[in-house]
Amino acid sequence: MSVDGIDINRRRFLTTTASVVGGAGAVATTIPFISTLSPSAKSKAIGAPIEVEIGGLQPGELKIVQWQGKPVWILRRDESSLNGIKALDQEVQDPASEEEQQPEYAKNEYRSVKPEYLIVLGLCTHLGCSPTFVDAEGGADHNLGNAWKGGFFCPCHGSRFDLAGRVFKGVPAPTNLVVPPHMYLSETKILIGDDSGVLS
Amino acid sequence: MNTATKYLLAFRDWIDDRFPLIEEWNKHAAQYYAPKNFNFWYYFGVLAMVVLAIQLVTGIWLTMNYKPSADLAFASVEYIMRDVEWGWWIRYMHSTGASAFFIVVYLHMYRALLYGSYKKPRELLWLIGMLIYFTLMGEAFFGYLLPWGQMSYWGAQVIISLFSALPVVGEELSLWIRGDFVVSDVTLNRFFAFHVIALPLVICGLVVAHIIALHEVGSNNPDGVEIKNHKDANGIPLDGIPFHPYYTVKDIPAVVVFLILFASVVFFWPEMNGYFLEHANFVPADPLKTPEHIAPVWYFTPFYAILRAVPSQLGGVIAMGLATVLFCFLPWLDRSPVKSIRYRGWKYRFALTAFTISFVALGWLGMQAPTPLFTWMARGVSAVYFLFFLLMPFYTSTDNDKPVPDRVRM
Repeated sequence: MSVDGIDINRRRFLTTTASVVGGAGAVATTIPFISTLSPSAKSKAIGAPIEVEIGGLQPGELKIVQWQGKPVWILRRDESSLNGIKALDQEVQDPASEEEQQPEYAKNEYRSVKPEYLIVLGLCTHLGCSPTFVDAEGGADHNLGNAWKGGFFCPCHGSRFDLAGRVFKGVPAPTNLVVPPHMYLSETKILIGDDSGVLS
Repeated sequence: MNTATKYLLAFRDWIDDRFPLIEEWNKHAAQYYAPKNFNFWYYFGVLAMVVLAIQLVTGIWLTMNYKPSADLAFASVEYIMRDVEWGWWIRYMHSTGASAFFIVVYLHMYRALLYGSYKKPRELLWLIGMLIYFTLMGEAFFGYLLPWGQMSYWGAQVIISLFSALPVVGEELSLWIRGDFVVSDVTLNRFFAFHVIALPLVICGLVVAHIIALHEVGSNNPDGVEIKNHKDANGIPLDGIPFHPYYTVKDIPAVVVFLILFASVVFFWPEMNGYFLEHANFVPADPLKTPEHIAPVWYFTPFYAILRAVPSQLGGVIAMGLATVLFCFLPWLDRSPVKSIRYRGWKYRFALTAFTISFVALGWLGMQAPTPLFTWMARGVSAVYFLFFLLMPFYTSTDNDKPVPDRVRM
């Protein structure tokens, strides 16, 4: 079609193809800008496993170490703590650890390889604050009531976890605390961040 | 006419032949006709621009000594505070400016709720303003990480974790925002880039768009009547007066009073008892320990209280997002033919009062430690907050509005 010597079809074709090709180029250019915000090779490499000596831990003592920049808690639990965990099955959201928040080898009553040692990431599953360890005596200081048997209390939004890192009902956190991959190198030494060779 | 004036006028004409100087000046100042009945509430737009200027200038000066690195950031802020000549003044101007910005912006927005300034034909003006508000929230959030104190660190951790609550893409998205598995040096460095260049550019552009849109539709006024409906033979609104010199002169004393108050805070109460600069932020960031009590700075606490009130992770995030976004829908939720509170019926007056109380109450609750009683109070107050918006089409369309005068009353 031609009007006053102007080929309208030709003009429309050129405008359309130029817009499509140019538009595709503009969209492709966003790829490097978006990708460059992802973790760099260096950031990824820093997450190497760490070895931790746990022999000196007293019953009821909490040790905090750093792995991938995150706090990892190692808590030594005594017999009465372990009995307290059993008694709380009705009050926690996920007593049998059905949610994928732990490796297979920690999917049990106490959420650990050895009942004595709890090893979890110290980050609340709600919005990532690091909860505070509050033993049975400290419950009153944090308004946790008389029935408090010891556990973790998140100062940010009031989530509560028991001594197996299981989340109580009626708090904002949706899931139990995460158990990181780990394995025992000897009776008193653990490796956090790697469990290769451990039978699931 | 003396020689100097002659040359000055010649220079002006030289420019005017090459750039629409006089035309723009007339369009936006000398021949921009604003309603003659502006009151106290109409100061906050110009005050917001004054604070923006303060933030831009002090911000540039802060970057001259600040180091955006996890190892050096906290110490460089202390260096600015103790060793740099007048460094404490520059920083306190900037930190006080952040709170002052939100004070004047909240009052500026509240003016729109009082006088229906968001209503037709000013919907787009209102939406551009909302974009400025959202960008300002981002600017404040990015800037708050930079001192690398305990509140900076854990505040950023919580806000970024909000995104991980989204289904499917959440975890990847929060990893992408941080650029690392935790809030780290990488995060700090990029937040610095967003805070000092990306968002300030966006804010300045949006402010220009806001003013262009305002001067296109004309200013609303406390009576909420359109002055453009009554013009004289020259097409000038009968109830309008030129912005310059009338309102430039009116605004200057307001700026002076504002600067006196601002300087009082900078010199005598820069921390404002923990409301402007939180106490926990005087401790360097520790990724292994969250402070006993964390709360955002006061201007985010209403939304933070809503987040905490909802007993579900995703639900809380959605409610908090809605609490800010709902303002954008006001021009269409409000079905009243009347703009100004002066001629509204009892229903809107009651609703706005309830909303005001709920906003202030949520702001207070958001600063408190979460106890069961406060959580239940926050739930009740959040309900009032949302009902203000959700019921608006009903109570504004059935309100016993009063007759609106033809011309502004003054």
